[in-house]
Amino acid sequence: MYSYSDFDEAFVRARVSQFSQQVERRLDGSLGEDEFRPLRLMNGLYLQLHAYMLRVAIPYGTLSPHQMRQLALIADTWDKGYGHFTTRQNIQFNWPKLPDVPAILSALADVEMHAIQTSGNCVRNVTADHFAGAAADEIADPRPYAELLRQWSTDHPEFQFLPRKFKIAITGSPNDRAVTRAHDIGLRMVRNAAGEPGFEVMVGGGLGRTPMIGVTVRDFLPEADLLPYVEAVLSVYNTLGRRDNKYKARIKITVHETGAEEITRMIEARFAELRPLFGGNDMKLLEEIRAAFAPPAFRNAPVDGHDAFYKADPVFRSWADTNLTAHRNAQYAIVTISLKAHGATPGDATSDQMRLMADLAERYGHGDLRISHEQNVILPHVHKSDLPSLHAALVQAGLGTANVGLLSDIIACPGMDYCALATARSIPVAQELATHFEALKLEHEIGPLKIKISGCINACGHHHVGHIGILGLDRAGVENYQITLGGDGTETAVIGDKTGPGFAYTEIVPAIERILRAYLGLRQEPSETFLQAFRRVGMEPFKAALYEVEGEKDAA
Amino acid sequence: MSRRFTAKVVTANLLREGDVVYLTADDRWSPHHHEAELIEDEAHGQMRLLHATAQKLLVVGAYLADAKPGANGPEPTHFREAFRTRGPSNYAHGKQADFT
Repeated sequence: MYSYSDFDEAFVRARVSQFSQQVERRLDGSLGEDEFRPLRLMNGLYLQLHAYMLRVAIPYGTLSPHQMRQLALIADTWDKGYGHFTTRQNIQFNWPKLPDVPAILSALADVEMHAIQTSGNCVRNVTADHFAGAAADEIADPRPYAELLRQWSTDHPEFQFLPRKFKIAITGSPNDRAVTRAHDIGLRMVRNAAGEPGFEVMVGGGLGRTPMIGVTVRDFLPEADLLPYVEAVLSVYNTLGRRDNKYKARIKITVHETGAEEITRMIEARFAELRPLFGGNDMKLLEEIRAAFAPPAFRNAPVDGHDAFYKADPVFRSWADTNLTAHRNAQYAIVTISLKAHGATPGDATSDQMRLMADLAERYGHGDLRISHEQNVILPHVHKSDLPSLHAALVQAGLGTANVGLLSDIIACPGMDYCALATARSIPVAQELATHFEALKLEHEIGPLKIKISGCINACGHHHVGHIGILGLDRAGVENYQITLGGDGTETAVIGDKTGPGFAYTEIVPAIERILRAYLGLRQEPSETFLQAFRRVGMEPFKAALYEVEGEKDAA
Repeated sequence: MSRRFTAKVVTANLLREGDVVYLTADDRWSPHHHEAELIEDEAHGQMRLLHATAQKLLVVGAYLADAKPGANGPEPTHFREAFRTRGPSNYAHGKQADFT
């Protein structure tokens, strides 16, 4: 794992001390709110509906057990004993008090963490495939590149006041688990004809008010050109981006208005200017960083005990079938710990659960923890012989839910239960969907399904790329939920299509049930997933299932 | 023709704690919506908002929110404001826990 250099340490400590003084000046009145607001946002502190909220970055989703325990300590000391993991690999504390924030930031700095650039019009936390360094399909671990980008973008003087926020995601596998096509810059590792690793560079993806899939501006970018090329993209955006209109300020609009061909030409021209200015120190730094991400010393031990247990224990088998992913070492597995127990808040973990996951990562997982954008926790390296004991420990703590990739593994933003921007609630919709289908015992029958819920048009819950997306809106003072179908956040990314008029809060769960019963009725065989079926039959059968019932009701 | 004025309350968050509060007729900040001053005149509303905004060391983000008279005092009319009177729906945190 990457450890802070003296420079990183001094920088983060200096920022904590700076912000501590700013808080003091706000509390004694020397700073007004208009002056203080941009300062607190630069340090991840928002004022939400009921309280302040502190957003802490988990760079490329990687945490050590030590860091996880510190998050638990923060939750217990200054918050309400839990934290919320977000779709951007951050953790949010929902109840900090302003005078306590300097102490929280200081506690974060103690474990090499911070909240810098988790808000504001700058390069945000760089996200990565949560299976990085473990996935069987990986070309290279994307995290060294993400760390290089983090160092380069942190406090970069040219990019602190971009037209709008800027999000970069990176995956080291051709199979995209980091939603790279829906980011301002998406980097997807590929090999060229000579077998060398490099990146497909996608620009101008994004969800929100105007959802767009990123445009590929480079099919193959050599690794050595990464920083100058990313800098070229930002530089072009910084010049062209619409500062006149907040709703047109993201790079996706710049790409759309400029045209893919012209913006590619401008990026390449800027790249040609910047390339010679990078003398190779970036690559030296990358090498140093890479050493910190060396794979753990994998154990070589028999796995037949595991195989026998798998055959014998149906509860373990069900969990293993949904929550494990192939590791590049055949004796190992990647474990996804579901933070989506039926009826629980997606992405929330109590401080006790955090400490337990930290302990388990140490005991069984080579001390490595990941946070996924799907709001689960990953133990990327678990020897198969340890899986039965690990599973037993998880079950005891309420963390053994076998639902990863299924209906109840829902992404949901905080929505109007917390967020000041929200137009409707999302958490209770997720909770009710999960408990409703659990009661029907249908989710295993339905199979792989991604439901994603956002409580406003800004789409933190990624609803556009959900197989079923739900968007909560305020329609004439009442919560109303719009449904999209057929979205896909992987390397075959697609924005979902709206079904039609939305549904009231009390009608949304029955509406989703009608869609899924229609799917069960029309699928060719149980192995045809919802998304495959949707692609085969299109919107009409689902529309009919959704709205014909309504029509009958009206007629009656 | 201006539209008929909808009754309002002044609401904000406490600077230090972040808690939702309401301006009362006797110039206190109350955690309870029903203790708020129900403002039925637009000009008076602007005066009260100015008064609230000036209290920079106490509150943040003061604004006028729609309200209506109720049995125990003003009640919110919009669901967002109703949520602000009690806290989130997924946990008994916030006001619903503090005042029961």
